[in-house]
Amino acid sequence: MTVTDIANVTGVGVSPGVGAGPVRAMAAAVPEPPAGQPLDGDPAEAKRRAAEAFAAVGADLDARAAAAAARDRAEAGEVLAAQAMMARDPSLAEVAGQRIDGGLAAPRAVHEAFGTFRELLAKAGGYMAARVTDLDDIRDRVLAVLTGAPMPGVPVADEPFVLVARDLAPADTALIDPAKVVAFVTAEGGPTSHTAILARTMGIPAVVAAPAALDLPDGTRVLVDGATGVITVDPDEDAVRRATQAADALAEAVSAAKGPGRTADRKRVPLLANIGGPADVEGALAHGAEGVGLFRTEFLFLDSAEAPTFEQQVATYRKVLSSFGDGRVVVRTLDAGADKPLAFLPTGEEPNPALGERALRMMRHHPDMLDTQLRALAEAARGLSADLWVMAPMVADGDDAAFFVDAARAAGLTEEAAKVGVMVEIPAAALRARDFAGGVDFFSIGTNDLAQYAFAADRQLGALARFQDPWQPALLDLIHATAEAANRAGKSCGVCGEAAADPALACVLVGLGVSSLSMSAPSLPMVRAVLAAHTVSQCVRAADAARRGTSADTARELARAALPGLSALGL
Amino acid sequence: MAERQIKVTTEVGLHARPAAVFVQTAAESEDEVGLTKDGRRVNAKSILAVLGLDVRNGDEISVDSFDETIVDRLTALVSQAPEGGS
Repeated sequence: MTVTDIANVTGVGVSPGVGAGPVRAMAAAVPEPPAGQPLDGDPAEAKRRAAEAFAAVGADLDARAAAAAARDRAEAGEVLAAQAMMARDPSLAEVAGQRIDGGLAAPRAVHEAFGTFRELLAKAGGYMAARVTDLDDIRDRVLAVLTGAPMPGVPVADEPFVLVARDLAPADTALIDPAKVVAFVTAEGGPTSHTAILARTMGIPAVVAAPAALDLPDGTRVLVDGATGVITVDPDEDAVRRATQAADALAEAVSAAKGPGRTADRKRVPLLANIGGPADVEGALAHGAEGVGLFRTEFLFLDSAEAPTFEQQVATYRKVLSSFGDGRVVVRTLDAGADKPLAFLPTGEEPNPALGERALRMMRHHPDMLDTQLRALAEAARGLSADLWVMAPMVADGDDAAFFVDAARAAGLTEEAAKVGVMVEIPAAALRARDFAGGVDFFSIGTNDLAQYAFAADRQLGALARFQDPWQPALLDLIHATAEAANRAGKSCGVCGEAAADPALACVLVGLGVSSLSMSAPSLPMVRAVLAAHTVSQCVRAADAARRGTSADTARELARAALPGLSALGL
Repeated sequence: MAERQIKVTTEVGLHARPAAVFVQTAAESEDEVGLTKDGRRVNAKSILAVLGLDVRNGDEISVDSFDETIVDRLTALVSQAPEGGS
């Protein structure tokens, strides 16, 4: 079969730009060696082979740790160095040796040695249980060396390549060298999956939900368009050149757009960044963020054996608040529970974690923890010029909203100190936003969760990716209802989901009445350029047009037709 | 043979980086080094065994070895005041 026999592949474009190169697939999972696999030969020889495999993987992980550290990715480097230690753990070799003496073949013996520690860590829960994934990754690497199977994980190549995978785990992506990977293509995942967000953060073109890409043989030359989602197989040089030129022209127009966000008729639309902690501040400023529209505070709490102290929280919040002068910083209180468990706050098993006692619902049972966080925010802002806004995640109704506003005011976040608002990410809250718009200072719409709940579709499932398409008219209706309620009450209404990162949709959101947009920092320049090319009335017409659509695709087409600045920018 | 009972005062106990530093230090000894918690004794040079003990702030543990220097160094690691940054 020659490559020209293979049809082009289409998925969902989630990170704009084009990349051309040969396909390199992530190797499939290493199969589990069969139970009872008998030793064939000399036990001493089997033990020696197992020991060599442990050592080889340890050395490889050490080299990767050093490479990550050299690329200023200290955190990834530390994770890898810890993994290298695990691979060299004398207890693993010891247990594997006992199993070999008991008559098992080396691969099965190694598998079972990892199994004993896997169980131990899983039982410890919390931080330890999270290490199970690391351990499984090491096990698969050792088994690959031992059995000659392809090494799992990101392939290593000299020439830049297009990375094709079923899905990308954080452990995989930590190792990706942006100079080597020209595009990502995954079979699973949606616009808000880990892969998509990471690709936008790294500025690498990406297409997700493209299962047919897994059939592309390694080495096939492809052209990936991260805006349209089309993967062209064996493109001619002309096509590559045209696509690259268009992408370059756009990049130039984008770099020319400077200053605060505004429409062509000079209506201000603050363009803010979504950040996960002080480490993201530099990137946000580099992309021209005017402030922060979503400061996720989970990182302080997850992966930690104890709740962070008041003082630790004050120090972290102060670092972020002092970085944006008098710019706005919107802080979301702890959004944990169910799928993001806390080591120090065990929750019961929940059959539907996304519908369980997470976020504000969890904090209603632990008012002390919420109070500490709110008081830490008040203390952090003291004496700074920053414009502090504080909001609660997972607010369902007026009762939730009132609970949070009362808690914030009681913790010292007075009307002079901060604006207190709520996230709108539950359809019930969007439909009846008018009921509690008067009692809060602002709304911020989390489009990712709002779509997940409106369509009853898990946002992590690639098979349901079309329901995460933020152009779905039902989602636009919910955004419209929320923004209208805010505007009637004279309150502001931001969007902090990844929807705001789509430049055409950003215009539509403004047309729906949204007053600020927050997104991953690398998306800011393009949104700034496209917004500056359209007037408010064009945005309103595009919003009306989109809501006349009966599907995400028709909504997108109708809106694009009403936004002439897009084609002028080659979008 | 030196054996020392220690109350863990470091903030995160023996998790993550502190566990790695503890095991690396133990590995520097030529002698066998044991770590015991709740009557379970493990090889202190094994990161997986040490993590599996799930040693937390406030836990009572003991460290034993013929190498007294290493017992002293490991004791210092788990009973020092928490440090920020590196």
